[in-house]
Amino acid sequence: MRNTWTICAKELRSYFVSPIAYLLLTMFALIFGFFFWNALGYFVIEGMEMQLRGQAFPMNINEQIIRPLLSNVSVVGLFFIPMITMRLFAEEKRSGTIELLATSPVRDMEVILGKWLAAMILYSCLLLFTALNFAFLFHYGKPDWKPLAVGYLGLLLQAGTLLALGTFISTLTKNQIIAGAATFGVCLLLWVLEWTSGYESATWAQVLSYLSVITHFESFAKGVIEAKDVIFYLTGIFLGLFLTARSMESMRWRS
Amino acid sequence: MRILTCFLCPTSGTASVAGFDILEQPFEVKKRIGYLPETPPLYPEMETAEYLRFVGKLKGLSGAELEKRIDYVCERCFVGDVKNKLLGKLSKGYRQRVGLAQAIIHNPDVLILDEPTAGLDPKQINETRDLIKGLAGDHTIILSTHILPEVEQTCEQVVIINKGKLVATDSVRNLQARTRGDESLLLEVASRNGQLDDLMVQQKLEAVPGVSRALCTEHKDASLLFEVQSQKGQLVRGDLARVVVASGWDLYELRSAAKSLEEVFLQLTGNQTPADAQENPPSELQS
Repeated sequence: MRNTWTICAKELRSYFVSPIAYLLLTMFALIFGFFFWNALGYFVIEGMEMQLRGQAFPMNINEQIIRPLLSNVSVVGLFFIPMITMRLFAEEKRSGTIELLATSPVRDMEVILGKWLAAMILYSCLLLFTALNFAFLFHYGKPDWKPLAVGYLGLLLQAGTLLALGTFISTLTKNQIIAGAATFGVCLLLWVLEWTSGYESATWAQVLSYLSVITHFESFAKGVIEAKDVIFYLTGIFLGLFLTARSMESMRWRS
Repeated sequence: MRILTCFLCPTSGTASVAGFDILEQPFEVKKRIGYLPETPPLYPEMETAEYLRFVGKLKGLSGAELEKRIDYVCERCFVGDVKNKLLGKLSKGYRQRVGLAQAIIHNPDVLILDEPTAGLDPKQINETRDLIKGLAGDHTIILSTHILPEVEQTCEQVVIINKGKLVATDSVRNLQARTRGDESLLLEVASRNGQLDDLMVQQKLEAVPGVSRALCTEHKDASLLFEVQSQKGQLVRGDLARVVVASGWDLYELRSAAKSLEEVFLQLTGNQTPADAQENPPSELQS
């Protein structure tokens, strides 16, 4: 456990001494800020139109702002995750520092968990920026905080799955670009698999759609925690980390 | 080397380090080895002290003990003056020394060094060699190198491996003696009055009892260089000197042409081309 924390602290440090963390934070804050501004603008215009027409349609901040925004974050996150994970192992393999880790009295799993945790913490930092925007909603309106909290939980679980898979892909190559591109491909695929359910209701389409990380986020965005979704993400995290461990072990058998 | 450090698994067989099997108890082995790979495993974005702290923690040190070891290895490996510099900005010599500092931070029983002087300039090479020699008192050092004079200088025990097979394991001196058959001498003769006739000198040298063959190897301006083979056990040097002087020539040099480790190495690995043969010659220094 101590080793996990040592590795995690080292990884976090290298994220934050290099421009990568700041670049990601800036880009994420900008993009999310734009989404937020759009959603809010739409909400305000719609509200005014309702008033003009004299309708008293119930306006709901949670349903009309927070829920679509959370879904947006879950998709935008797919684009950021490869940039977080691509260096985790690929860089160590390229620079040879993997030899230091592999010859130190540290278990592979401690190394993997440390790196994954660092990636999770960086992603949480990205999410903190979205919280800044949401804080305005709480200042000017009265949204329900519980669905929002559930939404964040869902985002973290979803990111956990993708970060674990990204970590695994990073162990496969020395080249960060390849690791990043492959992770991006996997993330994208795990998103668009959901589309099959739009036009097809056969079993294969349902299976594919079920595999999509986005499908399982929908209930979280609504503020509902469903056991099957939580289990899906936890299984995904476990699978990713397990594959990473196998991949690290196989390095010892290849020269 | 990488198998000994538990970085790779052997395809067959096993090994043990400090009494622990690398397959059965890799954790115990890892605690007892310090390893410096060919390229020091440094994180360019870290500072020296910070990096040593990280490695120390990985090796199981903590608190005051860790700080003490950091100070100690910094002093020992002469990296104290770059303690707060980024590793990415250090020169090759410093990187190598930080790599060594990293390897000894947890005071390991066995120190494994893979070509520690590769890519350094002559001054740095000397410094690194001295440093390694200095460490020899505290750790068992296994050193792999392609530079055979380095072995002669630093190692006590040599292991020559050719294509994965153990060819020889012995001390440097014994190895040299083992392959030497006839004794071979180098002799430089000069004459102050005019040219020397190499045939005449050769005849005179070969007439000395015990000498089996004399061969002129080089003509210099005013002197001749001879390689003289003598039978084993015959002490011919005194006689050779007397013959030269008695003939009115000057004796410039007379020394035993000890075989360099390089020749020994080539002989043991079957006289392949040097590039071929030196593919994997780890040599070992034990202290």
